[in-house]
Amino acid sequence: MSRYSILSVIAHAFHGHRGWAPVWRDASPADGYDIVIVGGGGHGLATGYYLARVHGIRKIAVLEKGWIGGGNAGRNTTIIRSNYLLPGNEAFYEWSMKLWEGLEQELNYNAMVSQRGVLNLYHSDAQRDAFARRGNAMRLHGADAELLDRDAVRKIAPFLNFDSARFPIQGGLLQRRGGTARHDAVVWGYARAASALGVDIIQNCEVTGFERDASGAVTGVETTRGRIGAGKIGLAVAGNTSRVASLAGLRLPIESHVLQAFVSEGLKPVIPGVITFGAGHFYVSQSDKGGLVFGGDIDGYNSYAQRGNMPVVEDVCEGGMAIMPMIGRARLLRSWGGIADMSMDGSPIIDRTPVEGLYLNGGWCYGGFKATSASGWCFAHLLATGRPHETATAFRLDRFATGHLIDEKGQGAQPNLH
Amino acid sequence: MRIPCPFCGERDAQEFVYRGDATPKRPDGEDGMFDYLYLRDNPAGPIREHWYHAQGCRTWIVVTRDTRTHLIEGATLVKEPPR
Repeated sequence: MSRYSILSVIAHAFHGHRGWAPVWRDASPADGYDIVIVGGGGHGLATGYYLARVHGIRKIAVLEKGWIGGGNAGRNTTIIRSNYLLPGNEAFYEWSMKLWEGLEQELNYNAMVSQRGVLNLYHSDAQRDAFARRGNAMRLHGADAELLDRDAVRKIAPFLNFDSARFPIQGGLLQRRGGTARHDAVVWGYARAASALGVDIIQNCEVTGFERDASGAVTGVETTRGRIGAGKIGLAVAGNTSRVASLAGLRLPIESHVLQAFVSEGLKPVIPGVITFGAGHFYVSQSDKGGLVFGGDIDGYNSYAQRGNMPVVEDVCEGGMAIMPMIGRARLLRSWGGIADMSMDGSPIIDRTPVEGLYLNGGWCYGGFKATSASGWCFAHLLATGRPHETATAFRLDRFATGHLIDEKGQGAQPNLH
Repeated sequence: MRIPCPFCGERDAQEFVYRGDATPKRPDGEDGMFDYLYLRDNPAGPIREHWYHAQGCRTWIVVTRDTRTHLIEGATLVKEPPR
């Protein structure tokens, strides 16, 4: 792998940029691997990379049914943040944020990590108190958080609807280290770095079944490109986790729901960082191309359709107009839907399964993108050592049976309310 | 998405509240309560599911719908109305 640098860009410029090699190797399946990761999205590729780089495992394959990064990695709103409240979550997401901060140097790839800040607005005294508590919880875990009053918010975002009679903006909780990253650059950066360490990235390879021995342990996968042997298998197929796990006879505490997202036409820089509405569900940032990227609630019914319905489009637009009336002047360019693994408590699962040799990474709900780095790190740790990483000990599959739920919103076992 | 309510006819999905898969049945005792509360088949394909017509007749109905296409096959009442 040739190293990217300003000098290599200049050198290639002399040859009309015709000399660039493919970024990563499109591999064909070998007979067997020590570890097979199912799912070539951000999480799967990050897992493959950290298995090779941190744990020195060499025979690794990442299987993808379509093309890498073509699932939820290409359907999110690219926000990175670590503003969680509960102990089981916050240490993990802060670890993810730390990995984001060093990611581009680590991978030698421009993932366009942009720490422009994440600002959560509050609109009542009670919400301010809740945000103060959340900010304190973040700081106790070593993350950064600042509670802003109305004037401080006005300095950052003077265009917000401060005079709303119904939802007056009283202030906000700001995480300056939060921001956005370029989703497909993250996928390709991990793919390139993993490929350089010998990880086989195999596309158009859908898993159709699991091969089991007499004791029930998995020994390989059946795929559309033939049988592939595996010492251990890791699933990183959020959105389709129930479907793939059912091939191994597992029933999971997960429902698949559709989450819509939207992007406007390109505009000059107008939104500094990520801003979220506290009285409804609306979040917005501006991409480097200038489009306003925004979204809100999941549609709320089980779906694998990768597209949603009009009531949520209306609800999201109402949220945008309530907080930021100027957004009504922008024209919508595109909208799309991604399939979110909604777990029963709104938190992810990184754990072994009852099937020997089969490991699960899923249940990311609508928040998987920000977790890409730590998810890969922690899943690789689990696969390589057999023990959960210290920041991911709470993400157990059996927590639903034992009562150790991580219910960040306190909604109970109703996935469409998380 | 428009849902064919047995009482009200075809109405916009916005009038309804979603509950989820209609298949799990609440057990009498503790046995099976974990399965009932937490585990789901989560099918990619036809599913029978509970919807509540909150802004209509306020009746619980069972809708048969394909999760891959959102096509709705039909809807019945959860139980027959009292005569």
